[in-house]
Amino acid sequence: MPIKSYLAYPVRGQREALVAALRGLGGCEVVVAANRDLLVVVTDTPDEATEDALQEALARLPAIESLALVAGISEGEARYEST
Amino acid sequence: MNRRDVLKSMAAGAAIGAAEAMFPGVFFVPAGGLSTAAAQTPAADGGLAWKKTPCRFCGVGCGLLVGISNGRAVAVKGDPASPVNRGLCCVKGYHSVMALYGKDRLTRALVRKDGKLVPVPMKEALDLVASKMAETIKTHGKDAVAMYGSGQWTIPDGYVASKFMKGGIGTNNLEGNARLCMASAVTGFMTSFGLDEPMGCYEDIDHADTFVLWGNNMAEMHPVLFSRLLERRLKNPDVKIIDLATRWTRTSMAADRSILFKPQTDLAIANAICHEIIRNDWVHTGFVRDHVSFHEGKTSIGYGLEDKFAFKDEPKTITLERYRELLADYSVEKVEALSGVPARELRYLASLYADPRRKVMSLWCMGFNQHTRGTWINNLVYNIHLLVGKIATPGNSPFSLTGQPSACGTVREVGTLTHRLPHGDVTDEKARKLAAEIWSVPVERIPAKPTYHTVEMFRAVDRGDIRFLWIQVTNPMVTMPKLRRYRDGLKKDDRFIVVSDVYPTPTTDVADVVLPAAMWIEREGMFGNSERRTQHFDRMLTPPGEAMSDTWQIIEVARRMGFEKLFPWSEATHIPEIWKEYSRFQHGPDHEMAPYEELKKRPGVMWPFVNGKETKWRYNGQYDPAAKGAFDFYGKPDHRAWIWFRPYEAPPEVPDAQYPFWLNTGRVLEHWHTGSMTRRVPILHQAVPAAYVELHPDDARRLGIGNGQRVRLVTRRGALVLPAQIDGRARPPEGQVFVPFFDEGLLINELTLDAYCPISGQPDYKKCAVKVERA
Repeated sequence: MPIKSYLAYPVRGQREALVAALRGLGGCEVVVAANRDLLVVVTDTPDEATEDALQEALARLPAIESLALVAGISEGEARYEST
Repeated sequence: MNRRDVLKSMAAGAAIGAAEAMFPGVFFVPAGGLSTAAAQTPAADGGLAWKKTPCRFCGVGCGLLVGISNGRAVAVKGDPASPVNRGLCCVKGYHSVMALYGKDRLTRALVRKDGKLVPVPMKEALDLVASKMAETIKTHGKDAVAMYGSGQWTIPDGYVASKFMKGGIGTNNLEGNARLCMASAVTGFMTSFGLDEPMGCYEDIDHADTFVLWGNNMAEMHPVLFSRLLERRLKNPDVKIIDLATRWTRTSMAADRSILFKPQTDLAIANAICHEIIRNDWVHTGFVRDHVSFHEGKTSIGYGLEDKFAFKDEPKTITLERYRELLADYSVEKVEALSGVPARELRYLASLYADPRRKVMSLWCMGFNQHTRGTWINNLVYNIHLLVGKIATPGNSPFSLTGQPSACGTVREVGTLTHRLPHGDVTDEKARKLAAEIWSVPVERIPAKPTYHTVEMFRAVDRGDIRFLWIQVTNPMVTMPKLRRYRDGLKKDDRFIVVSDVYPTPTTDVADVVLPAAMWIEREGMFGNSERRTQHFDRMLTPPGEAMSDTWQIIEVARRMGFEKLFPWSEATHIPEIWKEYSRFQHGPDHEMAPYEELKKRPGVMWPFVNGKETKWRYNGQYDPAAKGAFDFYGKPDHRAWIWFRPYEAPPEVPDAQYPFWLNTGRVLEHWHTGSMTRRVPILHQAVPAAYVELHPDDARRLGIGNGQRVRLVTRRGALVLPAQIDGRARPPEGQVFVPFFDEGLLINELTLDAYCPISGQPDYKKCAVKVERA
């Protein structure tokens, strides 16, 4: 399954809650902007079912204002995804 | 770190790059599994083969490392060894290799038969190109054929094009699209210093504490360099970034001060700064006495709107006293009335330039160059630096930025312009003799007279003076101003148009033959960036189908036309052979190029490269092997830099009752020029999928236009309907609109004006009059 990266914008005042929630999800890693309410989220899932479950979990997080996909890289095909 | 970790770091790097581009100054801290350092500089190889290359987008020349696996480019990271970007990339760089793999890559040659482009073997297409070119020369003469390349040509591409056209066929009908982006910078350098390209380098950023950006949205157009400015400010709170512009942008947001001026009045502003420097006795008298001379040229010089327009300047040497008198009309109070910039801001700017404790960089790009007085405004910013003696020393640097990866290395240095040879102008007998000697051709074959610059070249195609045109690595059917005329010209029945490209474009749409080109790292080559840095890249991938490098396409056609002796090289070794031959043109302490072996080893080398050493600051005896004494502006016969009096003159078309708005056009961060590559990268395309028109919110309210609603723009050349963008990534002042030009579905250049700077021939894409209405 692809590795994906996103820009995540927290709901105002909920950055720390969002970081904690993301760190609690399996397959998610987080890099936090020091001077903006902005996170980089990198997801890595082993199969389609896990990927779908993670997508659903991300969509349900109340502290996320918006989530923008930046890159998706598929190791299996060793190429960038064109999605 | 395993292979999957590398890919994760790359994905994180892409997102960080996107964030840095969107929010200048943002920086990241670790909070989980990935550290920022790991995200930004994935160090382990992860099983990939990493190879160095300059980025093929923009003129900054960021060093990249491309990860290759199973014959595919699968990864990109910034090259930490590159002194240009030190491991950082922008969002285009991080996604650059994806542009290789669009689904509709051109892999086969196409020939128009019964009105349709149909696939043919490459050999058949090359035969046809050669025979049509020969037939056109036989019927209409050698000046009826032309080549049009670009600043995305590699140095070998441009070199063989020059040798083929000027040394083989014997015509000066050779141009590059850098005429549309850099020509005024060149004529600015030539008229002020007698030699092209900056005296300083990017290292100036690490020494300067004052950055004045003239009409230059660096946060979007040169994001990696802009991040270096921001980094410099983070380390030194005394650093000031001043954004002097006609529109509020992301650069304005990040700057310490944003100063908006009315279009074209940069000419008056620069003169006001000089006026203020002289009025306050802030002139560096010793530097001016020893290293500067004063001049004036013709005024009311026209705009090139008519076919076959010609202009020749007549420089006159004047005194400092006469220069002071000529500046009398440019007091800060008078210029406030003209430019809209308060007198106090003009005084502030002058004081920054003059303060002996401050080191000042001026940076500019298209705002200056795409200007009907582009040469003049380049001269004027040099005037400021020369008056206060802040030039050619670390941190004191007027710096002309470039737009394309090899606008400098190829178009300017190799000289793929009608008036140029690889060393010197065609009008110079010594330069022609040198070319004839190196090329082993009779000197008489190289014509002494330039023919057409780009706008005039396309006019000549329209008129029928040119019947055969070969276009490589550029998309003029999106970029030419007053586009409809030139598209109609190329579509005329008895014109034969050849286009070499990597994807279908509006330019391949009008072609009689389309040649599939190898792209970037699918062939070996070199680019030359804005700071005189030549950067080599290897062939890392096999081009798809029958795609062939532009260099080899030209060689194949030239050989078919009987010029085998000019191109004796084998396919395996032609790039080092070409480099060796080309380097002979630049031999000498003022432009010595690095040997091929050095280029292979290093992440770029700045010329002049003498005794194994790069030259960081030209004209300064401490650094420049060609300079004698403290400073030596050896490009000019008097060994002085020239200060020119250049007045304010209005543009040819200004808003009026019928067309009451200014129309400005330009680029966006996510797309490379006409978008033919970046729009095929899904992430970049999704970020900015279509063009739009930026409006000031008060204008939008008055016209009853909401965000996203359709707006009709009408100029004297045409009309276009686009969605409105209000307070998006930028805000034009009231009375102005801005439209990006990357979208081939919304061709804003059908509306622009083909007026140009009479000295440089470069068109002004930044100013014409437009009517704005709700559609």
